[in-house]
Amino acid sequence: MAQALALDDFDRRRRLRWAVSRLVIYGLLIVWAAICIFPIYWTLTTSFKIAPDVMKGNMVPWWDFTPRWKGWQSLGLSPNTIFTTSTVREEFLKRFANSVVISVSASALAVGLGSLAAYGLSRFSYRFGFMRNSDISFFFLSQLILPPVVLALPFLVLYKELALLDSRIGMIMIYTLMVLPIVIWIMRDQFTAIPTELEEAALVDGLSIWGSFARIVLPLALPGMVAAFILCLVLCWNEYFFAALLTSTDAKTMPVMIASQTGSQGINWWAMAALSSAGILPLIFIGVLLERHIIKGMTAGAVK
Amino acid sequence: MSVAETDRLHTVGADDISPARIAFGRALVWGAAAAMVAMFAVQALFEGGIIAFGFENWRPVLYLYIVWGVCLCIAQVLIRGEQGKRALFVIPAVLFVISMVVFPLLFGLWISFSDWNLSSLTGRKFNGLDNVRQMATDPFYWNALFNMVIYVAAILVEYAIAFALALLLNAEIRARKFWRVMFLLPLMLSPVAVSWMMGKSMMEIRFGPLARLARWLGWENPSFFGSPEMAKLTIMLMDAWTFIPFMMIMILAGLQAIPKEVQEAAKVDGANAWQGFWQVTFPLMLPVSVTAIMIRVIFKLKLADIIINVTSGGPGGATDTVTSFIFREYRDRSNVGYGTLLAMVYLVLIVIFMTILLKVSDRIVRRVTGMG
Repeated sequence: MAQALALDDFDRRRRLRWAVSRLVIYGLLIVWAAICIFPIYWTLTTSFKIAPDVMKGNMVPWWDFTPRWKGWQSLGLSPNTIFTTSTVREEFLKRFANSVVISVSASALAVGLGSLAAYGLSRFSYRFGFMRNSDISFFFLSQLILPPVVLALPFLVLYKELALLDSRIGMIMIYTLMVLPIVIWIMRDQFTAIPTELEEAALVDGLSIWGSFARIVLPLALPGMVAAFILCLVLCWNEYFFAALLTSTDAKTMPVMIASQTGSQGINWWAMAALSSAGILPLIFIGVLLERHIIKGMTAGAVK
Repeated sequence: MSVAETDRLHTVGADDISPARIAFGRALVWGAAAAMVAMFAVQALFEGGIIAFGFENWRPVLYLYIVWGVCLCIAQVLIRGEQGKRALFVIPAVLFVISMVVFPLLFGLWISFSDWNLSSLTGRKFNGLDNVRQMATDPFYWNALFNMVIYVAAILVEYAIAFALALLLNAEIRARKFWRVMFLLPLMLSPVAVSWMMGKSMMEIRFGPLARLARWLGWENPSFFGSPEMAKLTIMLMDAWTFIPFMMIMILAGLQAIPKEVQEAAKVDGANAWQGFWQVTFPLMLPVSVTAIMIRVIFKLKLADIIINVTSGGPGGATDTVTSFIFREYRDRSNVGYGTLLAMVYLVLIVIFMTILLKVSDRIVRRVTGMG
C-alpha cells in the first residue's frame, strides 16, 4: 500500500515536471515567434494607418483603428488609385521590375556557371598551372570572405569606363559574382552525393560526357539547384551596398528605393510602411512557401 | 588545363586529333587574344590623346574579352578533344571569377596609391604612400576596426541564442514546421527594410512601439541611439535579429543528424539533461557550430546596410563598421583612392584573422572530438 502511494507520488511528480517543461517550451516558442513576427506585423498594419493612429500607437486593426488605404494610396496601389495613372506607381514598378530582373538573372547565371564548375570539380582532376582541384575549389570558395567594399570602388571606376554604371547588366554580373561561391559550395556537395555508376553506364551506352551530364546528372541534381537558386534569389533581392554605389536612376533596385525614402518621410509612416511591405512581401511568400528549399540550401555542405 | 589520371569518373576516349585541327585551335585563341590586345592598345592610345580615333568607352575591349573567352573554350575542345570537353566545365566559371575579382583587385591596388577624385576633372594622381600616412592617423578608421572586433565578438551571444532556439525546435513539439517558418522569416527580410521597420519606426522616440514599451518598463527617456554604447547595442540587436535564424537552422540540422541512440545511451549511463548536453550533444555539435560561426563571421565582416541606413555611423562614429565608413568617405569626398586603400588593408586584416580563426577552431575541434 505504502509502496503504491509512493509510486503514485513519483508518477504525479513526473507528470508535473512534464507539464512544466511543456509550458516552458511552448512559452519560449511563443515569445520568440512574437519577436520574429511583430516587426513584420507592425509594418503591414502601419501601412493601413493614418496620422492619429500612428501617434496614439494603435496596434490592432478593426479593434482600435480602422484600416485605411492611405499608405498604399501614396504608392498608387490602393483600390481607388490602381486604375488611374500615377507617377509614383510607375517609379515603384520600375524599381520592382529592376529587382526582379536583376536577381532572377543573376541567380540563374550563378546556378548555371556554378553547377558546371562544381560538377567538373567533383568528377575530374584538373591541373591549372600549379593549381589542383582542391586549390581551384579553394579559389572559388575564398571569394566568400572578400568583403564587397574591396571590390566596390574599383568596380565603380571600371564600370564607369565600360559604360556599365547604372545598368542592369552590370548589376547582374556583380550579383552573380557575389553568389557564385555559395552555389559552388552547395552544388559540389550535391554532385558528390550522386554515384558515378549512373554516368558510367550512360557513357558505356554511348553518351558523351556532356550528354550524360545533361540527361542523367542534371535531373538528379535539380532539387539542389532549386535550393541554391532560391537562396541566391533572397541574397540578391536584399543586396543594398553595391546597388547603392553602382546605380543611380535606371537600374535602381527596391532596397535603394526604400533607403532613399527613409530620411525624407518624417512621421509620414504609412507611406514608408507600404513601401517596405511591398519590398518584403515577395520574400515572405518565398520564405513561407519554399522554406524547405531554403533550409536545404543553407545546410548543404555544412552538415555531414 | 589538363586532366590527370585519377578522375572519379573514368572515361575511355580515343581521340584522333589531326595537326591541322590543333593548329586551327591555337590560331583561334591567339587571334582573339591579339584582337583584344590591339583593341586595348588603340583605346589606351586614344584615351592618352596620342591617336585621334577610338571609342567612347572601353566596352569594345570587354566584348573582345568575351569573344576571346568563347574562343578559348572552343579551342580546348579542338586541341584536346575529350580532355578539353572536361575542362569546359570549369573554364567559364574560372574566367568569370578572374575577370571579376582578380582583375579588379589588381586594379584596386593600382588606384589605392593615388589621389583620385571622381568628381573633379584632374583625374588620377599618383601620390605614393600619402594614403597610408593618412590612414595611420585617421582615428575614424581605427575606431571602425575596433567596432568590428566588438561586433564580431557579439556573435558568441548570437550563437548561444541560436543554439537554444535550435534545441527548442528539436524538442518534442507540435507543428514544428510552423515554428520553423516563423523563426526563419527575419532572415528573408532585406536589411534596408529592417532598418526602417525597427530602427526608424519601432524605435522612434515618441511613437515607436519599442519606445512605448521601454517607457512602460520605466525608462524615462528611451533613446536607442543616444549614447555610443546604446547605439552599438541596438545595431547589434537588429543585426542579430536578422541573422540568428541562419545559425539556428544550421545547428538544428546538426542536431537532427545526431542519432537518437547516442543521447539515450547517455541517459542510461545516468547523465541528467544538463550533463547530457555538455558531455554528449555539445561536443558532437562542435564541427557544425564551427562552420555556422565561420559563415556568420564572414557575413558579419560585411555588415553595413543597417548602419548606413539607421545611424550612418553616428553618434560620433560609435556604430561605424569599416564598410559603412568607407561608403561614407566615398559619398562625402568621392575620393576613390583613399577608400580603396582602406578597403585593401581591411582585406589583408580579414585574411589574417580568418586564417588564425580557422587554425584555432580546427585545433579545438580536434581536441574535443579526440581526433588527432
